Amino acid sequence: MSGTLQVVFSGRRLLFLVTAGGVFVTLSILVFMIVLGLPLFTSNSFSLILTQDWAPDRGFFGIFPFICGTLAIVTLSLLLAFPLSLGNAVLIHLLLPPVAAKFLHRVVKMMTGIPTVIYGFVGIFLLVPFVREWFDSGSGMSILSAALLLALLISPTMILVFVESFAAIPKSQVRAVAALGGNLRQKLIYLYLPGAQNGILTGLLLATGRALGDTMIALMVAGNATAQPESLLDPVRTLTAHIALVMAADFDSIEFKTIFACGIILYLWTATLTLTLRFLPYGVLKSRLNRGLS
Amino acid sequence: MKKLMRVSGWLPVLFLVLNLSFLLGTKVWADDLAGFVGKSGTLRISGGTAHIPVMKEIAGLIMKRATEIRISVAGGGSGLGIKQVGEGLVDIGNSGRKPTSNEVQKYGLILYRWALDGVGVIVNKDNPVQSLSQSQLQEIFSGRIKNWSQLGGVDKKITLVSRDQASGTRKVFWKKALEKGDISSRALVVSSNGAMKSAVLHNPYAIGYASLGFLDDTVAAVALDGVAPTLANVRSGAYPVVRGLFSNTKGSVSGLTKEFINFLYSQKGQEIILRKGLIPVAQ
Repeated sequence: MSGTLQVVFSGRRLLFLVTAGGVFVTLSILVFMIVLGLPLFTSNSFSLILTQDWAPDRGFFGIFPFICGTLAIVTLSLLLAFPLSLGNAVLIHLLLPPVAAKFLHRVVKMMTGIPTVIYGFVGIFLLVPFVREWFDSGSGMSILSAALLLALLISPTMILVFVESFAAIPKSQVRAVAALGGNLRQKLIYLYLPGAQNGILTGLLLATGRALGDTMIALMVAGNATAQPESLLDPVRTLTAHIALVMAADFDSIEFKTIFACGIILYLWTATLTLTLRFLPYGVLKSRLNRGLS
Repeated sequence: MKKLMRVSGWLPVLFLVLNLSFLLGTKVWADDLAGFVGKSGTLRISGGTAHIPVMKEIAGLIMKRATEIRISVAGGGSGLGIKQVGEGLVDIGNSGRKPTSNEVQKYGLILYRWALDGVGVIVNKDNPVQSLSQSQLQEIFSGRIKNWSQLGGVDKKITLVSRDQASGTRKVFWKKALEKGDISSRALVVSSNGAMKSAVLHNPYAIGYASLGFLDDTVAAVALDGVAPTLANVRSGAYPVVRGLFSNTKGSVSGLTKEFINFLYSQKGQEIILRKGLIPVAQ
């Protein structure tokens, strides 16, 4: 008896240590970036870095164009991927015959495992020349090309989460709607979309996080130009690509220090997403359900 | 597909190694490589991407002769090479520019300049514009000339391709070809000489610059003020965009690292350097 207790106790302690370790590492990464980026904050140049253009030859070390580039690519890829993923999930869960649905589900699952460098590689050879000739503007390395590939990268994650959350809707409710003679449109609008709201939000935020953090696709296909983008066909540099490109610069240079500014911004964005994911959906879902029931 | 690529990637190397052993009497390279025989250990090299063809070939030769030796060759750019060797992450850090006095002092670097390299302007093979004046080049890279038709080419926008801040190739190109003129912020940025070549190879309207060691039939080298970027023109001094290629070590070295550096200056080493499109320099 006491032996079992001891095992349970030490197991709990072990789990606690592992968790504490994880939290510690995550927080110390933030502290590390802030400490190494400290010269940026103290010399009052942090606001300059956030707002200026990037032209080291002329003494400008701003990452503002890269913030815009990142947001442009992420937003466009979400705009492309979200409706696509939602439609795909509905197709898998509701419309296709079981065999075809199962096959499509498997394919989507497999797609989550494709390394992003493969998408980048394929993009360079197939997508970029196509965009270049089709739109006849610039090099084809652009926000559009990167967003298209990124949409392909983040869709599988979204589709899988959406399908899961559709499947989690109580069978009794599904049968009730069917018994009332609800057609497909009514099922979607009154049952599936509100019922799976939690999961849809989760999938969307997960995909946003993935799109924000991806480096390879942007590095290979977005062109990495430092100019402020003016159209979807302009080349841009993302924050992640900037880190990858400037990593090799002299450690003491201001160029190198801007990496920490990029890191801090990405960290805070992702942290916000995660916290939203943790706290928001349950509340929203609950109030919606209550309203629906009353 | 993957397997096929791996095999075809090694084929040229294999071919060269085979070729070499046929072309040269075993006696010549027995002498220069003799120092490695019976040795073992690992040697890590990183940095400048212009150095890579020479480094890879020498590494292959050594590992073939002395199977107990492992040599890894990575890119990353001149800045990274200097940083990594300074921090002791690699044994040899290559740079396509002379390390600054600050870097030499901070890390206690010893520099070995073993080749001269030109940086040539490259365009796609199908581009009819294959000769430019230096002032035209400066206007192209600053973004003032935007369309190939302004230079007698097709009516298409010019795609500028440049390198990142840590690149030694960029530094010498900026200093000597552009005379420190602007590089447009609309220029695409790639992170190695190889990526530069492939960017120009796959875009018919691109213009970029790369180490002479990377110029071949797949891209067209642009003559600058009538002078083509060739070995002969670099050696005679007619072609102006020239730099030294350095291998740097942290402090004085011994053993495998020393042997490797010595090999760069050996007769065999200098032959390889020449064959890779660079000009060997005596110690």
